[in-house]
Amino acid sequence: MKCAEFLKELTDYLDDAISPGVKRELEEHLQWCHDCEVVLNTTQKTIEIYRNNKLYELPETLRVRIHSIIMTKCKGSRQSKKTST
Amino acid sequence: MEAIQHKDEDIFDELTLVQAAKKGDLEAFSQLVKRYDRNIFRIAQHITHNEEDAQDVVQEAFLKAYRNLQQFQGNSKFYTWLVRIAVNEALMKLRRRRADKTVSIDEDVETEDGSMPREVADWSPNPEQLYGQSELGDILKKTIQGLPPGFRTVFVLRDVEGMSTEETAEMLGLSVPAVKSRLLRARLQLRERLSKYFKSKRGGDKQP
Repeated sequence: MKCAEFLKELTDYLDDAISPGVKRELEEHLQWCHDCEVVLNTTQKTIEIYRNNKLYELPETLRVRIHSIIMTKCKGSRQSKKTST
Repeated sequence: MEAIQHKDEDIFDELTLVQAAKKGDLEAFSQLVKRYDRNIFRIAQHITHNEEDAQDVVQEAFLKAYRNLQQFQGNSKFYTWLVRIAVNEALMKLRRRRADKTVSIDEDVETEDGSMPREVADWSPNPEQLYGQSELGDILKKTIQGLPPGFRTVFVLRDVEGMSTEETAEMLGLSVPAVKSRLLRARLQLRERLSKYFKSKRGGDKQP
């Protein structure tokens, strides 16, 4: 297996969505190819770091305000529907 | 003002809430908003890069969902349907702010190719030990903002929000192979860009 083929399968390998045969080939490749091993490890860390450090949390005060606006508008749209029928 | 309670969130399953909301139960719809507003905000902010736009997207997506609730057939999950609405709203906001107005989920897919790994130094120590929380947050934001919208949206849904490949495809109106190809390139490009900050410096980096 060549590095390009390894890369093509990388996402399925990380998601464990790969057949046992291909998985074996990838793991054989990893045994001698240090570069692909690093790419695999650092890609895995990339995913983990974004998953563990959720960016853009909605602040609670803002959340309460947005919720109240949404519900007021929903109420309004329901009432306008009622009056139009 | 009504306090938002978290503990009640899981009592009702999604479908029960949707059916009640369809019959006009506003409280049921309010529960759905509370269940998903943070996710929608996060997804919208990742696409638009603008807090004001992301807040608007949250409002507009829920309002649109409410107004079209009768058309929701229940063939997919409500959340999948909601995210699809929100992604479209967010892309529209992004388009409005851009001069070229051509933002789409397909953008740069054919031409962009920064995916071949050039940086092959390992990361150690752990990046979380190298940077403080806020500095790390800035690096992660700056890095993901550099990806084309189609790539970062797939990455956020799949890897940050934890959706399956199939769900992500449904949310974005893409085929499963298209999601996989974008995801691979998004992951590799993020990895490449983060390596600049996180790669281990072998030798010569010892503090005097």
